[in-house]
Amino acid sequence: MSDLTKLTLKGAVDGLKAKDFSSAEITQAFLTNIEAANPTLNAYVEVTADKAMDMARASDARIASGEGGVLEGAPLGIKDLFCTEGVQTTAGSNMLRGFVPPYESTVTANLWRDGAVMLGKLNMDEFAMGSSNETSAFGPVKNPWKSTGSNADLTPGGSSGGSASAVAADLCLAATASDTGGSIRQPAAFTGTVGIKPTYGRASRFGMVAFASSLDQAGPITKTVEDAALLLQSMCSFDAKDSTSLDVPTPDWTASVGKSVKGLRIGVPREYVVDGMPTEIQALWDQGVAWLKDAGCEIVEISLPHTKYALPTYYIVAPAEASSNLARYDGMRFGHRADQFSSLDDLYATSRAEGFGKEVQRRLTIGAYVLSAGFYDAYYVRALKVRRRIAEDFDNVWGQVDAILTPSTPSAAFALGDKQIDPLTMYLNDVFTVTTNLAGLPGISVPAGVDSVGLPLGLQVIGKALDEATVFQVGAALERAAGFTAKPGQWW
Amino acid sequence: MAIDAATVRKVAHLARIKTPEDRLEPLAQELNGILQWIEQLNEVDVDGVEPMTSNVAQPLRLREDVVTDGGKIDAVLSNAPKSADGFFVVPKVVE
Repeated sequence: MSDLTKLTLKGAVDGLKAKDFSSAEITQAFLTNIEAANPTLNAYVEVTADKAMDMARASDARIASGEGGVLEGAPLGIKDLFCTEGVQTTAGSNMLRGFVPPYESTVTANLWRDGAVMLGKLNMDEFAMGSSNETSAFGPVKNPWKSTGSNADLTPGGSSGGSASAVAADLCLAATASDTGGSIRQPAAFTGTVGIKPTYGRASRFGMVAFASSLDQAGPITKTVEDAALLLQSMCSFDAKDSTSLDVPTPDWTASVGKSVKGLRIGVPREYVVDGMPTEIQALWDQGVAWLKDAGCEIVEISLPHTKYALPTYYIVAPAEASSNLARYDGMRFGHRADQFSSLDDLYATSRAEGFGKEVQRRLTIGAYVLSAGFYDAYYVRALKVRRRIAEDFDNVWGQVDAILTPSTPSAAFALGDKQIDPLTMYLNDVFTVTTNLAGLPGISVPAGVDSVGLPLGLQVIGKALDEATVFQVGAALERAAGFTAKPGQWW
Repeated sequence: MAIDAATVRKVAHLARIKTPEDRLEPLAQELNGILQWIEQLNEVDVDGVEPMTSNVAQPLRLREDVVTDGGKIDAVLSNAPKSADGFFVVPKVVE
């Protein structure tokens, strides 16, 4: 039997169904890989080996009796932001070290309903606040990719760095992730994997540790576009426990993969050319345009005039929502409580100073500032108005185009430690992805090539609200044209 | 609207994050850097624009006002830093 861990999710599900191999076999193969790789890559913060084998054997029993769901027996990694009943969930923070949820997130419950197997919980930036995985209380994740001729450790991106690294290094078939400003798509681009953030409201936020509630969405990181469609279908559902959950049916997105894109109109926004963007990113984008043209798409130059304001808007809206959401960590009912304190107020402040890392503290401080009396209108309300302008930019072009093509990130993966000095440099990572969070639109990152030092680069396809079908259709066309098959060398 | 150490002290208190005195000035500089960058939002004409508080084009749902869950004292207390006799235990608040 060839190496089971190299299979795609679709390939594995089909092989399991055909009884070519058992879930216990493939699960064990992944656990062996994780054991060898994790001390170096640090992708998992907790490996649930016993639970995985129990779930695998239960799947095998269901397959043997002719039952089984669409993901039956498939071993997955779960970002440590999804609450998993009886399994520690930390969101990468010391604040939640030792927190064991007594309930299951809706997204993961959907996966178990469909027969998936949990291998463990994946590392991430603390409370999903970061673009390099370096804010995690469990230490940074390493990217399995390295530049040609360099031994420097690279970031897998963030905040879903553990998810991206684990998928790229064959430490799971696919992984769950979450995206508030680009946290699925940027790590996917940095690791040669596929990542999609669906339309806001498609995936339930119940049981996801909250960062910025009007922006947070769950989605998968996978090896192929088809796998992303398959896994996202399982993750999404209407959920009465999330007040912003959309009561709409989840389509069969796998049916969109492989469909011809002939006649589709693809927008290329001129504002996505940013200062200092490497020529290789521009070249890849041009290549993507050429591929889609060859496939019969009509290319339309479009304008999204408020694009440059998306990041500053995000850095008001997201910290403001975070400062409200994270007020719950007061050291009283759950989470870290300081040992030494002089008063109740001091207990709150000391618990939070001890429990939260530097970047989280920075964002909570910004959030408290922009919401404070005297600054609320000047910062927060203004940002919400600019947010509408950004969303209207998209509304104004949907008459002319069916989807939009952009680069996923303004650079390839950078070295760990490189961008920690200046928070603004780090924030610029999300320049191409953050607009879709603000507007609530679906966006996919597809690996499309490598740069001059062999690092993967991604292209992003943005679609209309609830039109993931076209996003998958165009993403799969790019995947076919790019024929991206590069894999990182196994140095760990 | 430059931020000084006194403002950081006030905001850190609002955020309930204990911040040592020697961190106030460096934090003020950092926040000023970020807020200066954010100032570019003032270039945008937002006259008459309704603030966008949600990107879900539907009103929030209401449900029947009935008990749907409960009676899970052990689950609720399972992650408490301190609990006793079915209650959270917190430091003395009233002297």
